[in-house]
Amino acid sequence: MNIVEFKRIDGRKHDEFRPIEARVGVLQKADGSAYFRLGNTVAIAGVYGPRKVHPRHEEQLDRAILRTRYNMAPFATTERGRPGYSRRSIEISMVTRQAINPVIFLEEFPKTAIDVHIEVLQADASTRCVGINAACLALADAGIPMRDLVASCSAGKVNGNIILDIAGKEDTEGEVDLPVAYYPKKKHVTLLQMDGIVTREEAKEIVKLAVGGTKKIYEAQKSALRKKYEIEGEKNDIY
Amino acid sequence: MISTDPQLIKNIVSNGERLDGRGMYDYRKITIEKGAVATADGSARVKLGNTEVICGVKFSVGEPFSDTPDEGVLMVAAEFVPLASPEFESGPPGEEAVEASRVVDRAIRESKVIDFKKLCITPGEKVWMVFVDIDVLDNDGNLIDAASLAAIAALFDAKLPGLKEDGKIDYDNKSDQGLQINGIPLSTTFAKVGDSIIADPDLSEAEAVDARLTVGTFDKDGDVLLCSMQKGGSVGLTVEELEKIIDLAISKGKELRKMVANA
Repeated sequence: MNIVEFKRIDGRKHDEFRPIEARVGVLQKADGSAYFRLGNTVAIAGVYGPRKVHPRHEEQLDRAILRTRYNMAPFATTERGRPGYSRRSIEISMVTRQAINPVIFLEEFPKTAIDVHIEVLQADASTRCVGINAACLALADAGIPMRDLVASCSAGKVNGNIILDIAGKEDTEGEVDLPVAYYPKKKHVTLLQMDGIVTREEAKEIVKLAVGGTKKIYEAQKSALRKKYEIEGEKNDIY
Repeated sequence: MISTDPQLIKNIVSNGERLDGRGMYDYRKITIEKGAVATADGSARVKLGNTEVICGVKFSVGEPFSDTPDEGVLMVAAEFVPLASPEFESGPPGEEAVEASRVVDRAIRESKVIDFKKLCITPGEKVWMVFVDIDVLDNDGNLIDAASLAAIAALFDAKLPGLKEDGKIDYDNKSDQGLQINGIPLSTTFAKVGDSIIADPDLSEAEAVDARLTVGTFDKDGDVLLCSMQKGGSVGLTVEELEKIIDLAISKGKELRKMVANA
């Protein structure tokens, strides 16, 4: 790839993330919880379960059901958003569930529900990615057995340049946004969406940049989890 | 409802075959009938094998969004009515119907083949609202592609209504002015079954599908470009599989576009 380095609106390199912050165990009532921040995009996720299924008819005899709810706070955007479910949040809740589903041992908890609630508190692009990152940490924090963590980020095209982690003006003025979620152990892309006009080659390049970017998110997730179980004075580097 | 054992489908597909004898990348037979609804401003009925959807376009005059004061408004909605399948329930659109309508919407909108500035009547005050409503009549799988074909065919069929002097719609007089659409955006869906990729999964195959990728493509000045993608299903795809599907979508899109152009 022959990329001439150019300056982005906020001065980042083409493959540079905004500041990443991840914390685990941030809520008291939820069985597991996490905070994830990517620049000015902030989400908190809380997990309840495995618990009894209501309504009962959704119950599955051989496995737990995974339910996800992505919600954006009315104050998370520049212009106030309408509270409650929107068609957008229904779709994002669905793709979020499909993104996380492969890594959870649902078969370990028949006839139960695992509920994942994602609350976007600040929105500056990639909210679904930040929500997924928080959700996976919250699931791990709740002690739900998982095959791996799913890490998510987006890449896109702005002014003809292919860049990682679109934010701010890049989001409103950019041509293409492509979020992915990645299951590293299996090398599987578990979420992929795109809008905007690209050639076949650009599409493939953006996918590769986004998938490559999830590596750094994955590291941030792992270190947040490790930090929670750190024993003071001991270096926890068994992984 | 009789369903086909997913394992049987997996076995058949792993041998490079399909239950109905199609090739791996073949679509079912497609028929597009424009002007199927007399009361709509534009319409199309699409059959994709035994899947059948009908789409109606209606115009109304409304206020533009504050961030696009000089642009018309496009709204796509899909209803998976209980008529079409024993699996569908009445009530507000479920997540699959919401997803289908948003994926169809995205391909049309993002391709920018419709110049929404041309649908402005008075900037900041009045614009044309384009409502694209998709009704599923018979569900035999791959509703997204069927809906996508119906939506774009209905938009090509649409004629703007006349306006009365007071600015209201004159329902008695249709204009002969159609929408200016510069290209044919279409969704093409591919599914991963085991280690194989198939095009246009039907309902008997749906249970065996591990993952799905819908790719929106359109034609511009002789080139084919991508305008949207949406992965579905609860299993992942490798980067190699994604790339293969992108290539397949580009060649399938070309085939399907011919049918829309000739409809």
